[in-house]
Amino acid sequence: MRAYLPAYEMETPQDLAAALERLAAESGVWKPFAGGTDLMVLLEAGKLPHKKFLNIWNLEELRGIEVRTEHVTLGALTTYAEVQRNETLAREFPLLCRAAAATGSVATQNRGTLGGNIANASPAADSPPVLVVYDAEIEIVSAGGARWVHYASFHTEYKKMNLHAGELIRRIRLTRKHAGWKQYFRKVGTRRAQAISKICFAAAARMEAGRIADVRIAVGSVAPIVLHAVRVEESLRGQRPGDAVLQAAQDALSAEITPVDDMRSTARYRRQVARNLLGEFLEVLAG
Amino acid sequence: MPERARKIRVSCVLNGSASSFEAHPMARLLDVLREDLKLTGTKEGCGEGECGACSIEMDGVLVNSCLVPALQAQGAKIRTIEGVAIGESLHAVQQAFIAHGGAQCGICTPGMILAALNLLARHPEPDDAQIREGLSGNLCRCTGYMKIFESVVAAVRRAETGA
Ligand SMILES: Cc1cc2nc3c(=O)[nH]c(=O)nc-3n(C[C@H](O)[C@H](O)[C@H](O)COP(=O)(O)OP(=O)(O)OC[C@H]3O[C@@H](n4cnc5c(N)ncnc54)[C@H](O)[C@@H]3O)c2cc1C
Ligand code: FES
Ligand code: FES
Repeated sequence: MRAYLPAYEMETPQDLAAALERLAAESGVWKPFAGGTDLMVLLEAGKLPHKKFLNIWNLEELRGIEVRTEHVTLGALTTYAEVQRNETLAREFPLLCRAAAATGSVATQNRGTLGGNIANASPAADSPPVLVVYDAEIEIVSAGGARWVHYASFHTEYKKMNLHAGELIRRIRLTRKHAGWKQYFRKVGTRRAQAISKICFAAAARMEAGRIADVRIAVGSVAPIVLHAVRVEESLRGQRPGDAVLQAAQDALSAEITPVDDMRSTARYRRQVARNLLGEFLEVLAG
Repeated sequence: MPERARKIRVSCVLNGSASSFEAHPMARLLDVLREDLKLTGTKEGCGEGECGACSIEMDGVLVNSCLVPALQAQGAKIRTIEGVAIGESLHAVQQAFIAHGGAQCGICTPGMILAALNLLARHPEPDDAQIREGLSGNLCRCTGYMKIFESVVAAVRRAETGA
């Protein structure tokens, strides 16, 4: 059923300070509205219980990609289209560009934002695995100040996260330390364009003389939140990619994931594909 | 009584002319265009961002108007299918769709043409993969896509040869 429009309010704050003041003054009453690619779908389906929205789309403080010596910092409103156009990201953080290119189609990529993808907190979202692999930090701001948190510990349980009423995600910071790493991304969906993931696998490793010196692996759609596969990483560190190492890593992965049957796929399929993708990643490392 | 939000006045530039309308802030731009501004060329397919029938250009980028709230059209430059032809003469891309059978029932056509135009603005000489990617958010239930693809290829070739 469609929504009853007069019940919904939306306002455009002048700047970030005004937005944060509004969020603080009436705690929990106002909710941010960025590109709307998640919120408008809910509205149309009559499933948007929240009624008051702050249009943050125009907030300059949440825009832009800044490249510094140590970090690349992306405003929360950075769209998937902007991610794909950035040369530094293409060179050093290719997984983020791959995930952006695999998210929806052109129109969705022009409106969907990284901040919205994070805060929407879907376990099937495609940028979270990549942000975990790059050990991203996110800056959270409120009228009371700002704090940085590690993205890998941001989501706590299904749709729950370390973000309170009155807070906004302001920006995402990536440390420029992955340039020489071997990187791997694969999203498996029903078709290439515009399909929500059945499973989304992101990984990167630093190799030293044929051994895995350091590795990060994260998988979407196999747990209530994006899964940081720490046990798989442990099993791989210091190893040389090979059959026995793969077997042990795959078993660690199988023990770590808790996929479910849903409308997009089955738990069994996801278990098998997760193992296969890990195998493909190790082939990349060996090659 | 539930609280009732008032309508707001939104000003934008629509197909090259200043325009303004009153709407609920979260009304879909798609409905404003079709129902309030009587520009019914923009179509609704899915209403959830999946089909591209409602594609328009906003500030030069392709968007699905079913997912844009009226409030965010404030100050925007908008182009719909009604703004594509130049006077009575159809745009080369429109002509190519006619010549190559790129339109059958026509429901997907306005969105396809906006997506094609937006693609050509970004990549004036697109390769096959770029054409496919540029149109991948637009669904068609009639043509089987090949004729649409060929229409875009023909439009590109015509632009190149100046024919
Ligand atoms: C057709 C279609 C295809 C899609 N395909 C994919 C896909 O392949 N992969 C994928 O991952 N997603 C996909 N999505 C989902 C969606 O596009 C993304 O999640 C997008 O990144 C959401 O960003 P947004 O700005 O549009 O969010 P909005 O809809 O504006 O907001 C989403 C949520 O985030 C909150 N929020 C937004 N910005 C902030 C902020 N700065 N601080 C705090 N909270 C904030 C909002 O309050 C809301 O709860 C698709 C959507 C559509 C319609
Ligand atoms: S009606 Fe907007 S994308 Fe289908
Ligand atoms: S021509 Fe009928 S949907 Fe494309």
